[in-house]
Amino acid sequence: MPASMTPLAITAYTASSAIGTGLSAQLETLRQARSGLRPNNFSSAPLACWIGRVDGVEDVSLPSSLAAWECRNNRLAWLGLNQDSFLARVQAARERYGAGRIAVLLGTSTASIGATEEAYRRLDADGGFADDMLRPAIHAPHSLAAFVTAALELEGPCLTISTACSSSAKVFANAERMIRLGLVDAAVVGGVDTLCDSVLFGFNALELVSAEPCRPFDAERNGISIGEAAGFALLERADTAPDAPQLLGYGEASDAHHMSTPHPEGVGAELALRAALVRAGIDAAQVGYINLHGTATPKNDEVEAAMVSRVFPASTRASSTKGFTGHTLGAAGIVEATIALQAIEHGFIPGNLGGDTPDPLCGPQFAWRNEQQRIDVALSNSFGFGGNNACLAFARGGFSA
Amino acid sequence: MSVPRLNTLRVCVEGIGLWSPQLASFDALKTLLAGGTPEPPPPRPAATTLPPNERRRAPESVLLAVEVAGQAVAMSGRTAATLACVFASSQGDQQITDYMCATLAKAPNELSPTRFHNSVHNAPAGYWTIATDCQAPSTAVCAQRASFGAGLLEAASQVLAEQRPVLLVCSDTSGSGPMLEVTGCTLSLGCALVLAPEVSATTLARLALTLTPNHATVSLPQPLADWREANASGDAWSLLALLARGHGRCQVDAAATLGLQIDLEGIA
Repeated sequence: MPASMTPLAITAYTASSAIGTGLSAQLETLRQARSGLRPNNFSSAPLACWIGRVDGVEDVSLPSSLAAWECRNNRLAWLGLNQDSFLARVQAARERYGAGRIAVLLGTSTASIGATEEAYRRLDADGGFADDMLRPAIHAPHSLAAFVTAALELEGPCLTISTACSSSAKVFANAERMIRLGLVDAAVVGGVDTLCDSVLFGFNALELVSAEPCRPFDAERNGISIGEAAGFALLERADTAPDAPQLLGYGEASDAHHMSTPHPEGVGAELALRAALVRAGIDAAQVGYINLHGTATPKNDEVEAAMVSRVFPASTRASSTKGFTGHTLGAAGIVEATIALQAIEHGFIPGNLGGDTPDPLCGPQFAWRNEQQRIDVALSNSFGFGGNNACLAFARGGFSA
Repeated sequence: MSVPRLNTLRVCVEGIGLWSPQLASFDALKTLLAGGTPEPPPPRPAATTLPPNERRRAPESVLLAVEVAGQAVAMSGRTAATLACVFASSQGDQQITDYMCATLAKAPNELSPTRFHNSVHNAPAGYWTIATDCQAPSTAVCAQRASFGAGLLEAASQVLAEQRPVLLVCSDTSGSGPMLEVTGCTLSLGCALVLAPEVSATTLARLALTLTPNHATVSLPQPLADWREANASGDAWSLLALLARGHGRCQVDAAATLGLQIDLEGIA
């Protein structure tokens, strides 16, 4: 087990998803208990399902200096970077620390594969990419992180983490290690995933997509609704911003079980959770809220509900917010991290939308409707294909275990 | 409280894995550089760490990564289940990407579920951790043509921050179809290192990794120079050649504007 860690300050954060562009819109939609899901109007061929689509991505235009990065994923990234004064906060950090002392560590599962799909839909007569699609950098999974680094004019370490649906949770761990070692003074973390045929038809082929809006932890749940999102956070050492919310801990572990289904006893998920609590130096009973992975697949929710019952007292509140946003895959970690941070900031626990007939496996910890109460510590769970698990622990500024 | 700036990371190498269409192992590279003619490997990496049924099902990208990971761990004498692991690849499985994009363009409802779940960037990490019963942290990363250096930086960060041994794998298969024009990967390459925080009886070499804002291209003898160009993870050849030589310095890319200088230090 790891040693406890020195918390980091989260000096800026933002999220944009189907429930709104920026934090205020996100909080307001959660308060209204209004889902952002809509019938699928995205895929290149019909597919009966619901999606979490971000309005206005088509209308975003990148600055001309960044035109070579043009694609839906990078447009959504740019939309996200322009919310909640995030660009200005990074610029201030760049002036304070220097461009080479800030890392960009981003998670994604889709990156801009949607652009590669488009290139294949309209190949030249000779079978090659059309001239406007001959941009190697957008046909690689590093497209997002390379674009964001260019957009933020940063020159430090730059890495893409792509571990499916845990990607943009694990970036907090990468950042903590680099800052602790003194390799950098700050890190931009987060992630962006966009709707594309690969994930819509891919998860459909695995029979994991619901024909209806997803119902996490409902007894009748029958699969996910896929969404898209962008989210970012700026991490710095806690002594630079003592009042800012904190990254208190994190845990990472592997299931060693199966490529596309979770370990039946949640072994990897619980190892990640326990490691996060140990790094944070807290007991499970000190956790006020957990934003669950809660995808609405039969197996994930069964394993996760059992873990919540096993580890936490009834006073810990728990919910999945994928009924609002859909499963934003590689962006789920950062979006749900921002919801956990808003729970702390606003004393607001979002209800588990879609769980109208709760699975009897769910314990008294579940918040089926919105609740209001002070939260000092919040966790966020993120689990991915390949049995890749991550858990993040956040706390209000000044919290001390 | 201020944390001192750290630009140099020191880690020990305990195991080295290598597979390319021409070379079956790190020993084969040493033979080649000594003027010999090593026996080329069979066309598919053996990847004997995988159970036979998984070996039949696994895509080429997984076979390549698992083959070199298995070599490096065997050389280190460590137990795979205890090693945290970092799997780096610039492009992931290019043949699956080509298959998926081609299928989605003409018959999206016919997409193979197995090929889809094998398409995730962490498929090699998934197959490896399942085959070795490894519940330690595992990750899958990329950084375009800097994937080897950025993966090495991440692995070394884990070694030093967590004071634990880490398996680094960096691999890219050759491309196919229209994708090949944008990836430029014409030759497969897999490289793996077992890295540890302290010198031990199994230490093969000690690396000092220093971040530098300057890019520099190390000159390599042929055919290694051509092989480096032919794979997005080709920077690995620079360090492999240095390890084979046993002394000196090389540099790889760690990001678009960042280099990683690597000095091979004495073990004593």
